[in-house]
Amino acid sequence: MRKYTVLTLIVLGLMALFPVAGAADPSGAANPATLEGAMSSINYIWVLICAFLVFFMQAGFAMVEAGMVRVKNVANVLMKNLMDFVMGTVVFLVIGYSLFMGTDIGGIIGDPTSAFLLMGDAFDVGTMLSWFFMLVFAATAVTIVSGAIAERPKFKTYLVYSAVVTAFIYPIYAHWVWGGGWLSASNFMVDLGGGYGALDFAGSGVVHALGGLLALAACVVIGPRIGKYTKEGKPLPIPGHNLTMVMLGGFILWFGWFGFNAGSTLDGNQLVIAKICVTTVIAAAGGALSALLISWKRAGTADLGLTVNGMLGGLVGITAGCAWVEPWAALLIGTVAGSIVCYGVWFLERKGVDDVVGAISVHGFNGLWGLIALGLFADGTYGVYTTDGPLVTGLLYGNAGFLAVQIISAAVVAIWALGTGFALFYGLKKTVGIRVTPEEELQGLDISEHNVSAYPEMVTKELAMSQEVQK
Amino acid sequence: MKMIQAIIRHEKLGEVKSALSEVGVIGLNVTEIQGRGVQKGATRQWRGAVYDVDLLPKIKLELVVDDPMMELAVNTIQKAACTGNVGDGKIFVWTVDQVVRVRTNERGKEAI
Repeated sequence: MRKYTVLTLIVLGLMALFPVAGAADPSGAANPATLEGAMSSINYIWVLICAFLVFFMQAGFAMVEAGMVRVKNVANVLMKNLMDFVMGTVVFLVIGYSLFMGTDIGGIIGDPTSAFLLMGDAFDVGTMLSWFFMLVFAATAVTIVSGAIAERPKFKTYLVYSAVVTAFIYPIYAHWVWGGGWLSASNFMVDLGGGYGALDFAGSGVVHALGGLLALAACVVIGPRIGKYTKEGKPLPIPGHNLTMVMLGGFILWFGWFGFNAGSTLDGNQLVIAKICVTTVIAAAGGALSALLISWKRAGTADLGLTVNGMLGGLVGITAGCAWVEPWAALLIGTVAGSIVCYGVWFLERKGVDDVVGAISVHGFNGLWGLIALGLFADGTYGVYTTDGPLVTGLLYGNAGFLAVQIISAAVVAIWALGTGFALFYGLKKTVGIRVTPEEELQGLDISEHNVSAYPEMVTKELAMSQEVQK
Repeated sequence: MKMIQAIIRHEKLGEVKSALSEVGVIGLNVTEIQGRGVQKGATRQWRGAVYDVDLLPKIKLELVVDDPMMELAVNTIQKAACTGNVGDGKIFVWTVDQVVRVRTNERGKEAI
């Protein structure tokens, strides 16, 4: 009890440090009844609707992941998808958003006190619009790990992971690209890029590469599921329990992605939003088609799971460049993304990395591809989130420097995500523990972590494998 | 009286039931089971990787008939359930000592 009293006093003390300033507009009363005011309202509505779509992607992730796991782990996967958003919302309010969008300190972080609890100057409709939009993006990055390490992590460890990523790991890298940090705004990067530094329109790198490579670190640290590999190290498929859920989740993610990409204009008066939706849908189709053909050739039949993954990979690949590339380039980016998904999934499986849903290949590898693809294909018809110059051009349009900038950006996100990811997951492994016991894992996490059954009235049986159960 | 237990393909259940009805065998029980025969299952693929399934879903049909009906019922099931491919199933027959109708306590073939 005493512990909580002390905590409350600390919070109240911190709140006293931030007196409410008069400048902020918490109700939107300052919006003038003029054409300018109406255009501002259009922007608010546009950004909010897109944020709702991005929020709904949480349902997409939940369905894809639930469908890809076995019956005994469904409730656990759903709980993780709910709680990473909940944990993320709280820590984003306390510190995440400030580190991300606060006044820049040395190009490295935002001022961690600038939007504490959205008080003071941050108690303002403009800041809250930005906070909400950035929150749903942060939550997308965090939830990617859930599916990759499904069927074996401790639930409470996952809660700690969610909080740390949304509070520190995500906001700091996002600040470097979107918050005025060094990757986008330092003199070196801007000179090299030819008037602009690293760009990532809606977050191939910031959201997807970060989440996907954190998932790689998590999978390596936690190890494969019991039964995934034979004693000789040969990988065995562990089929998920419900492809209907996987497909529904895939369509929800695709639907939400239009908000993810087109909403990132942060401006409903920029008609480039139509082009963004076109490049987005084309890349998804390209990704699905190439994954279909590649998996078909290997297995002899058309595989649903990998085709959905290929579609998602195409979406990740186009996310960085959606406003800056032409439709033909979107098709090419998506097609390459679909093959990255297939070969990535098979490569990781052979290397002993047990990624249940293919998140590392879909989000991690394709996030990096998206950043580089932007450096290749940017066509010089759109500026930096504005129709004014400097217009963004890539290697194919004569700007090799911008490709170099994008390669640096991709290398930095890989180093940041893997570095912080390995540190975090090894730290968790040594302290609270990262994995349930083998007995709990065999019984299923629904029972061991939550003492519920997702399908209590269904007689469930493990799909029989010809091999004996491998321990 | 004989118990006939037939392991058949899922998709053949409808044909077998109709054929049995035509020869006058109405009462039967159906169970969904998993099992394997000499061919040891089949292969499936998941995300491009092929794996073996050594227990396949099958339908188990159980019915009791009077002795003279046995040969006809078995032949009917065999004809209706046959596709000529591996995995068509098996039919087992054994003798039943007693049958009791719960409602009336009738015994023997009257109770079938």
